[in-house]
Amino acid sequence: MKSYINYIALLLTIATASCKKDNYDPPTSKLTGRVVYKGEAIGTEYDQVRFELYQDGFGKTGPIGATFAPDGSYSMLLFNGNYKFIIPNGQGPFKWKQTAAGAPDTMLITMQGNQQLDIDVTPYYMIRNPQMNKSGGNISGTFKIEKIISDASARDVESVSLYINKTTFVSGANNVAVKTVNGNDITDPNNVNLSVAVPTLTPAQGYVYARIGLKIAGMEDRIFSPVVKIDL
Amino acid sequence: MKKISLFIFSTALLLAAGCKKDSEFLDVQPTSILTNEQAFSDPAQVLSILADLYNRQLDFSGLDNGWSSFADFSESFPSENGSAGIVQRNEWGFNEWGTWDYGYIRDLNLFIERATAAKALFDVDKARFLAEARFLRANYYFEMVKRMGGVPLITQSLLYDFSGDPTYLQYPRAKESEVYDFVISEAEAIKNDLPVNANEKSRATKAAALAMECRAALYAGSIAKYGATTPQVTLSGLEVSIPASMASGYYNKALNAAKEIISGSAGTYALYNKKPDLSENFASIFLDKSNNAESIWVEDFKLKSGRVNGFTVSTQPRYGAEEEEGGRINPSLNLVESFEKLDNSFAPIPTSDGAGNPLYYTNLLDIFAGRDARLGGTVILPGSAFKGRLVDIWAGYQLANGTIVTGDDRGAQKILPGQSSSVQVVGFDGPVSNKEFTAQTGFYLRKYVDPTPGAGSRGTNSEIPFIRYRFAEVLLNAAEAAFELGQPGIAAGYMNQVRTRAGFTIPLTAADMSFDRIVHERRVELAFEGHILYDMKRWRLAHVVWDGNKMTVADLLSNIGTAAKRSTQPYGLLPYKYYDPASANNGKWLYKVSLPALVTGANRFRLGNYYSWIDDNVRANNPKIVKQPNQ
Repeated sequence: MKSYINYIALLLTIATASCKKDNYDPPTSKLTGRVVYKGEAIGTEYDQVRFELYQDGFGKTGPIGATFAPDGSYSMLLFNGNYKFIIPNGQGPFKWKQTAAGAPDTMLITMQGNQQLDIDVTPYYMIRNPQMNKSGGNISGTFKIEKIISDASARDVESVSLYINKTTFVSGANNVAVKTVNGNDITDPNNVNLSVAVPTLTPAQGYVYARIGLKIAGMEDRIFSPVVKIDL
Repeated sequence: MKKISLFIFSTALLLAAGCKKDSEFLDVQPTSILTNEQAFSDPAQVLSILADLYNRQLDFSGLDNGWSSFADFSESFPSENGSAGIVQRNEWGFNEWGTWDYGYIRDLNLFIERATAAKALFDVDKARFLAEARFLRANYYFEMVKRMGGVPLITQSLLYDFSGDPTYLQYPRAKESEVYDFVISEAEAIKNDLPVNANEKSRATKAAALAMECRAALYAGSIAKYGATTPQVTLSGLEVSIPASMASGYYNKALNAAKEIISGSAGTYALYNKKPDLSENFASIFLDKSNNAESIWVEDFKLKSGRVNGFTVSTQPRYGAEEEEGGRINPSLNLVESFEKLDNSFAPIPTSDGAGNPLYYTNLLDIFAGRDARLGGTVILPGSAFKGRLVDIWAGYQLANGTIVTGDDRGAQKILPGQSSSVQVVGFDGPVSNKEFTAQTGFYLRKYVDPTPGAGSRGTNSEIPFIRYRFAEVLLNAAEAAFELGQPGIAAGYMNQVRTRAGFTIPLTAADMSFDRIVHERRVELAFEGHILYDMKRWRLAHVVWDGNKMTVADLLSNIGTAAKRSTQPYGLLPYKYYDPASANNGKWLYKVSLPALVTGANRFRLGNYYSWIDDNVRANNPKIVKQPNQ
């Protein structure tokens, strides 16, 4: 018994003695913002649209990677210093500026304390004025599709979908019901109507979350409208 | 005096003996390490070095790299509680399926250099060893290019000079086509140094080299052709993607290599056809080790040698298993229904009539009657037997009013209405929802499951080999290459050989041949052999078939046999016994399509999955390595 106490005392001493400060302070500067087009946030799918920060001068170069939140926001906790920001090729339902060689161009960010920084991109389309309502056992969504890029690099609308889910994660992978209409079947892009029946929810709940996703031909990530909570 | 002279004499002797040069005295050959020259002096010794290199080959699915390497892609449901992640995730990570083993490449290069320099080997031995090492190196580069696209082609051992500047060791990625060209040209260069011997299975032969060449050329051809449909999956330096203009060149090479094997010039290979029961015959391709003319190159195992595999332990039917486990791979209805009817048509497994009323079957197996014999050879169906014992797969009783009576344990008992004593209400093989090792889709895997007594026990395990290349695949490669070259008649001829073995009596004609047929035939013939991911990738179908949308039953039952059919969740088909003493159908079986309760995710193959992630460390060490697209 006594030897136990000795051991415990010894361990405690070691543990206390090792309670020194780490070599480095943790990062404290917060970089926050949204991915925007003319000040309006672009909705994305959860954990799908990646961006990368690079910081040179510390040995190996590797990205500090993260993804945009469904509402288009992002936040990172960083050390003060200079960073390079890119959105890799093929990510997001929008165009990010590229160099002449086709590599994603960098945006320089200098961190000196907290910083709010919106990332400007050019989306192929915007979902304008989405209205989502309950009608009977259905959720209906009405919106306007606005074409933003109409030059040679313009892309068609492959399809639009109305998703509903029990949680705020609403997308092709996370939904309880979905209604999809192909781009060719859209007669009036200024007034698109989608309606989907709410299935029986288990466990029952008195609300659903809904959002509209627009698939652009040849692009993987959809552009989304904001998530809306609808009481049933 | 005499003593003194003796003393002087012995001192002199000692000094003389100690008068060796220091360098000579200290330079003792170690007894535990062989020099390169010693190691490469004896063929048996060289073979043992080579054996290690053989062992380090990488397979997508391997009997010794875990049952779960067979289980993904909605072709089966993983019936093990710890592995439900396979059906609950919504996407694959970009780093899945990656490989970057340049340590292995270096050892192969060193072997080639040392064997080339060896003086004591006979030329004939040396040529064979060198050809084998080059075969292994080419086959591993093939494995890398399938997963990573173009990789640095290193064909000699590299040595760092400690100058502080490693840039001369940094090689950029080769073009994807250059890696395929390397595999093809190596096969051509070594094939005549390898033995022509259809009985040599575990070491490289001429046929193995040709089979590798054939598959590699076919992959390259289809990436060239179908890569055009996914222009996003390209890199400007062509490290990923192959120009469409190169497609027919590759298809020609694939067809020629296949013809060389089929003609018999590389040894007498043939489709395995020893047993009258065609399903039994199909299952035996993977079990029969004696004079199996179908397998070309295998990863072999041997009982009591330490080199055995536990695949059967993991996958044997749970009821009557030799251990308290098994049943982990439950093939999905998605796969089962895609086996054709014998009139060459596709149809769902008939569970109900046109009006939606359930169909009742006297025997469990009746519902699967009249289908491709490979179904019973690939999958253990309800009502069929394994090791002479019927599997006990049934989900419960259905009463006249539609109520289901079932239990929550294997072989559970309950009292049926109107009876006084309890009876078994669910099979000893399940399916019981969420109960691991039971047949939760209603099916067990049969392919590669070894019925030899003892094979299912942990202390014995199994010695069946994993077949890396086999003759039926060569025929299908030939069929696909011929079809893509605009020779559908020839393609049908090759494909019909494989289909005849599966019990089809009506041959396909040139007009029947289509891309969908090619895709379908490979899926059913080569199921659970590690092909489906690479096939779907090279046809650029992966992001279409596994598109991340949940499947409905309507999705499941429609468009069977269509290449682009969605398959994101593994469905099951559960048999129920009808209980209604007043009815003529009492005691008969009906079937219900159901999604196992654990399946909550939907497979999503993102464009960034086409080529696996290259680690940031690799790219930091060698800035010449460009990143994969869409990641």
